[in-house]
Amino acid sequence: MLRAPDNVQTLTEERLTTEYLPAAERVARLDGKAIIEVRNFSSYYGSFRALHDVSFQIPERKITALIGPSGCGKSTLLRCINRMNDLVPSFHGEGEMLYHGLDLYAKDVDPVEVRRRIGMVFQKPNPFPKSIYENIAFGPRVNGMKVNMAELVESSLRRAALWDDVKDKLKQSGLALSGGQQQRLCIARALATQPEIILMDEPCSALDPIATLKIEDLMRELAKDYTIVIVTHNMQQAARVADYTAFLMMRPDRAGELVEFSDTDSLFTTPKDKRTEDYITGRFG
Amino acid sequence: MALHSDYLTPSSPTTLRATGSVARRQAVSRLSRYVLLAATLSGVAVLVYLGYETIAKGWDRLSWGFLTSYPSRFAERAGLRSSILGSAWILGTTVILAIPIAIGTAVWIEEFAPRNKLLTIVKLNLANLAGVPSIIYGILGLAVFVRLMGLGPSILAGALTLTLMILPMTVIASQEAIRQVPPSIREGALALGATRWQTVRHHVIPGAMPGIMTGMILAVSRAAGETAALIMIGAFTFISFDNTGLSPTDSPPFVTPPPLGDDFTTVPVQIYNWTIRPQEAFRENAAAAIIVLMVAILSLNLVAAVIRERFRRHD
Repeated sequence: MLRAPDNVQTLTEERLTTEYLPAAERVARLDGKAIIEVRNFSSYYGSFRALHDVSFQIPERKITALIGPSGCGKSTLLRCINRMNDLVPSFHGEGEMLYHGLDLYAKDVDPVEVRRRIGMVFQKPNPFPKSIYENIAFGPRVNGMKVNMAELVESSLRRAALWDDVKDKLKQSGLALSGGQQQRLCIARALATQPEIILMDEPCSALDPIATLKIEDLMRELAKDYTIVIVTHNMQQAARVADYTAFLMMRPDRAGELVEFSDTDSLFTTPKDKRTEDYITGRFG
Repeated sequence: MALHSDYLTPSSPTTLRATGSVARRQAVSRLSRYVLLAATLSGVAVLVYLGYETIAKGWDRLSWGFLTSYPSRFAERAGLRSSILGSAWILGTTVILAIPIAIGTAVWIEEFAPRNKLLTIVKLNLANLAGVPSIIYGILGLAVFVRLMGLGPSILAGALTLTLMILPMTVIASQEAIRQVPPSIREGALALGATRWQTVRHHVIPGAMPGIMTGMILAVSRAAGETAALIMIGAFTFISFDNTGLSPTDSPPFVTPPPLGDDFTTVPVQIYNWTIRPQEAFRENAAAAIIVLMVAILSLNLVAAVIRERFRRHD
């Protein structure tokens, strides 16, 4: 029977701890206010560890990008922020994920309460097979928000830069829109529940370059009022839109690890870690 | 070594017509088409023959009077009035009982149930129950609904029996329809702060409804033709009154609301009853009743197809 030599694990551990800078130097502390503080957060699917001891802070009303090669856990990390991973039966998280100082994974936290405040936009536009109006009105309605719905629908669509495209066809199906418009509809839908944070999981990967630029412009606009966290596999996109960037990578045991976090300019021009440099210069991934 | 490299040496063709192996394979392919066509036609031919025989025999008996007369000792005076009314009552009650139970079960299994061994056992047994012969449901209905619960051979006992019989099919069809609703829709709703129930109520059930209704209609059309289970529970075959609740009944009136406590017969039971008579004239009645039943079942299936098509185009 073949067996891995006993010293492999220790060798890789050693490599991780000695060859690279200590985390304190790779993960920048924020100057401004953090809305989310991730502290030694790990996540598991069954016994498989998907995230390894991630610690960093997400700044308020800024755009933070999570980048890294496929399988590095960036989407897992994003979905941990609004407890979407709770839908996976075998999932559990360890460590702390603080939102305004409240641990999102505390026993008494209700994920439904979390998700209204921390909205999400998915990779593939997923409007409901209902009218444009109903797509927007659903969130406020299920949350029991007492508002003038017609006004809320209009202001949500305006904020998502979609109002002029759809103001005459609010009764039409959301599925009749183009891909880029559908994604902006999904953003408008998320805005309608008046969240503080909007998570975006590769929101442009199903869109053409022009629609992508429109969404990026929209994100810059939204960042004046909202905190945005975006997962992207497109480094140019991160460089274009993000104020801060976190680079994640898979460890030898396949768990995702936060390699480096800082403002986007420093991360792309003067990376502190060799792995970040290799990745952004295209040497792997 | 030379041999092996020959395989990899490119060569220019002298002809592009099918020769050798290609010609043989194409011949088999052409032949297969006719074999498959023959298989299809043999089934269709039997159906066409049966349909022709039935229509030829029963066509002359079809009339308004045939549909509105009670059964009779005299073949030419006998009709389907009480059996059509009985079928309508039975099927209506069955649908009302089956729809909420089937949808509820399917939604629980697909959306709420913990993924454990118990669930696997439930799912497996649903598939098994769908294959249980209807006579078994008839025996169960006789033992439980007719005797134990004291409902007698009533419309309610019949409807409960048929509900049990079609539940596995309708639950499985509803599960299938629920699974067709894309997970992205559920995620989208949950990410907006909807609860599980709100997600199910506003998105999963509406999205699955066409599939659920299609399955329900197909199951009802199977129940419409059901004979064995109803004979087993004692569906009476000579009913010369309307199931309106004013007529005599064997079961105690306090057990069931009036029409549901009535004795009854249904169209397939009436067909069976006429078929086993020796007189040729009753066979003609049976053939005519089969035409009526077939038209009714084909209409139900047509409605199912229309619902399916309409919702498919909307997506």
